[in-house]
Formats: sequence, C-alpha cells, structure tokens
Amino acid sequence: MVRQVVVPLVVIGGLGGVGYLLFPDDLAFLTRLISITLLVLSLDLVVGYCGIATLGHAALYGVSAYVAGNVCLIGRSDPLTLLAVGALAGAVVGLVSGAIVARFRGLPQLVLSIAIGQLVGALSNKLSSLTGGSDGLSGITPGRVFGVFSFDMFGRTGYAFSLAVLAVVFVLLSRLVASPFGLICRGIRDDNLRARMIGAAVYPRLIAMYGISGAVAGIGGALTAINTGVVGLDSVSFERSAEGLVMLVLGGAGSLWGALFGAIIFQVFEHLVSAANPFHWMTLVGLLLIAIVLFAPRGLGPAATALWRRARGGER
Amino acid sequence: MTRALLQLHDVSRSFGGLKVNSEVSFTLAEGDRVALIGPNGAGKTTLVNVITGDLSPSEGRITFDGHDITRLSIPARVRAGLVRSFQITRLFTGLTVAENVALAVMQRKGLTWRMFAGATFTSGVREEWRQVLDLLGIGHLAGRPVTELAYGQQRLVDLAIGLALNPKVLILDEPAAGVPHDEAPKILDAIARLPAEIAVLMIEHDMDLVFKFAKRVLVLAGGRLIFEGDAASVTADDNVRRAYLGSYADGRRRA
Repeated sequence: MVRQVVVPLVVIGGLGGVGYLLFPDDLAFLTRLISITLLVLSLDLVVGYCGIATLGHAALYGVSAYVAGNVCLIGRSDPLTLLAVGALAGAVVGLVSGAIVARFRGLPQLVLSIAIGQLVGALSNKLSSLTGGSDGLSGITPGRVFGVFSFDMFGRTGYAFSLAVLAVVFVLLSRLVASPFGLICRGIRDDNLRARMIGAAVYPRLIAMYGISGAVAGIGGALTAINTGVVGLDSVSFERSAEGLVMLVLGGAGSLWGALFGAIIFQVFEHLVSAANPFHWMTLVGLLLIAIVLFAPRGLGPAATALWRRARGGER
Repeated sequence: MTRALLQLHDVSRSFGGLKVNSEVSFTLAEGDRVALIGPNGAGKTTLVNVITGDLSPSEGRITFDGHDITRLSIPARVRAGLVRSFQITRLFTGLTVAENVALAVMQRKGLTWRMFAGATFTSGVREEWRQVLDLLGIGHLAGRPVTELAYGQQRLVDLAIGLALNPKVLILDEPAAGVPHDEAPKILDAIARLPAEIAVLMIEHDMDLVFKFAKRVLVLAGGRLIFEGDAASVTADDNVRRAYLGSYADGRRRA
C-alpha cells in the first residue's frame, strides 16, 4: 500500500514542485513532458513488462490526441470527458495493434509495429478533414476542470491537471504491475513456453495488456490536445515512437520508475541542451545515449540500484 | 485396479521423411513410477513434446483421464493436470523463487486475470507456495531471484513449479541432468517425496537413478518402444541390449 500509493504520490508531487521552481516560465515544456511521460509509461507496459518489441507506439498516442481534439471541437469540451475519450480511443487502437503484433515475435514483430505506425501516420496525413493534415488540428479549447478551473495562458491549470493525471495513472499502474496479471505478463516476457506450460494462455493476456497500454498512451495523447490546443502529425510520427523507446531504455524497461525517470531525464536534458546550444544539441543527446548504453546497458534505474547496493555493502 | 490417466495409442511423429516416433503406445496409471530410457536420438524428447502438446502427432491418439487430448493446446493440457519439467531448466528469470511458484499456484486457481489484487501474498496462495517450497527443502530461498541460485537449486524450483500445478501426471525430463554430483541426491530425494497418487514419467540416462526410482521401464530405440516391463528384467532383455550395444558400436565405428 505504501509502496504503491504513498511513495508515487509523494515523489511525483515533489518532482512537480521542483519542476515548477526550476522552470516557472516554461510550464508548457513541463506539461508536454508529462504527456510524453505517459507515452513512455504506456510503452513500458508492453516492452518492459511483456517483452513485445514495438516502434509504432505513437499510433496509440496520436490517434487518441486526434480523437480527443475532434470531440472537443464538436462541443464536448469537459477535460475529464476528453481524457476518458482519449483513453478509450487508445485502448481500441491498442487492442487492434496488440491482436496483430502479439501474434509474432522478434524482428517480424518489430517490423509489423513499424508498419502499423506508418499506416496510421499516412492516414493521419490523408484524412485532413479529421486531422487537419500537415497543418494540424487546431482550435481545441477545452472547458474548465470540474467546471471551475479554466486553462489560463500561463499554463498553471494545465500543469496541475497534468501532474494530477500522471500521479493517478502511476498509482493505478503500480497496482497493476504488482497484481497476478502483472506477474503473469512478466512471466510471459521471461519465457513464453514456460508460461504456457503452467497453463497460461499467452495471446489473450498480451492483447489485454496492449489495450491497457493503449488507454495510458491515449490519456497522454488527450492531455497534449487539451494543453496545447493543437494536434500535429508529429504526435503519430515514427520519431515520437522511437524517442519514447529511447527514453524507456535510458531509464530501464520493466520498471515504472525507470520509465518515469528516463522520460524526465531525457526531456530535461534535451530542453537544456537545445537552449544552450541550438546547433549541436542533437549531437550531445546522441553522446549521452552512447555513454549510458556503454556504462549502464540496462538503463539508469538498474545501474542506480546496483550502485546503491554496492555502497550499502561497503558500509557493512 | 488403478485409474488409467495418460494413454498413447499408436502415436507417430515424422519430420519430413524422418519418422522420429513410430506407433508408440503405453499407459500411465495413477501412482505409476515409470522411467523412459533409450540411447541418444531415440526420440525421447520428441515423444515428450508430442505428449505435452508442443508438437502434434502425425498419427495416433492421446487420451488423458478418459478425454481425447490429441488436438488440445498446451495450456489446456496443463490445466487438465498434465505437467512437465524441462531437460534444461526453464524458469521465469526476472522473478524470485516465491514468485515463480506463486505464479503457478495463481494460474491453477484462475487468478491471473486479476489486475488489482496483490500478487504473491493473497491468502491461500501464500500458504500453497510455502508448502511446496518447504516440501522440497528450499523454503529459505523464497525471496531470492532465481538467477542467483545454483543450478541444482534451480532444478528444484522447476520441480516446485510443476508440483504447484497439482499435476495428475508429471513428466520429468532428465531431472538430474547438469546437476553437480553432490547435489543430485537432493533432487532424487525430492522426487521420492512426491505425492504418491501422482503418475510420474521420468526420462533418464543414468541407470542407477532409473533403478532407484522406477517400478516399470519403457525403452525407446529408433523411435519405437522395444521394451516395457519391470525394472529388474530390463537389463536381461535381448532387444534392449542390442539397441544399446548397437548404438555404442555405431559410435565406435564412426569415431
């Protein structure tokens, strides 16, 4: 109970406070960061907990952003409704892509996931009446949160709202991954045949987890529509999928904390470096990734745990 | 008369033109302790894979507890009570000993769709995995990641997973293979303490182990069952001698 509820709430609340103090004039960056963090958490559920390789996860995120944006444009602008709609859209796309992707393993699986991503990307470009095409879907103006807090031009409401959503989702996911269902998914990841040999039907569980993952990505997508008022083709792009995976590997797949910190560290680093050096920041991000893969191949989370253990062992 | 559990009726399996198992028939009944032996390449592991559903037979039928299971999926066979261990240990490498066994318990009880319950410490589940670990003498390892264990201990965890599934038939594929000599007795000991009503089929090379364990022996050679009888008479059988000597002589000639 403490580990799954209190710790996440305190840590995310604390990080939110620190973020507000560090970037008081750049809350738009922080809300974007939170939205992408939800994408990375969602990705962790299938990559880290189920061992499914995917480079098409932005499809789940982007479609939900478009759906939430459109629902807002036709007049249902309550932010919580938009989140629910986004989650539902993401879950549907997740179930469908899960049904396709989980049939395969290894490289064919990876290629299929890319194909789904590209398909959704191409459709988003073509169906410009729904997506605004390359101009993006704009003019999304969400209503007040609980009918009280309106989205102000400084982004304070948006930031607080996003932070609260992230905290709630994180707590729910902590519970999920510690459940029997979460455990069987990790078992399937470790050894598919072994899982079947204890009597578990593997395929339906992978699809179910994909659906849940889709709902989480969908909440992230809906948040970006709500906060920025615009949904562009970048939200369904291959780059978005790939970046999400990089953040996950950076933090350590197979742990929600790894996903959380990977997403935060990568995006803060990118933000600072691109401001300091607009010409070479991509080079520096590349160097950071190479360094991490060399020195902490399983991600920063496991590396930090190992260091902590060694330090404690040294004290004794 | 004890109840027949697993029955093979003329089961064959071919890979392309190569017939690896030909018309194998036998019966395992409640409480049986049977060893399946045979020279390398006799088709023992293929036969196990056909029985457990990893491979489907090219011909023949398999029944389990009175039901035809020839076309049943792997998980469905396990749920019916047909359980195996692996020649090379297969565990959930990212999990602890307790989680490995608890997963088997929860799967058997149909709890693994639960998304908002605690996992290993749910009442009922906890008692069961503790009981199985204690039975095999590895209760003290419960909290350890399985990858940290010695190989002999991992074999015991593999066995614990099998037991946690409450099998009616348990197939052990060379349970002592790769285990250091001083640890092998622990595994034998664990096998000796398996609940009496379970039917156990052990695939084994080590004849000492076979004689200690089995009341009945099946000999597979060239994909065919060439002997079925009690353990005492197996070494006296001419067919068996020829099969083993034949493969030995072949090996010498090739070398």
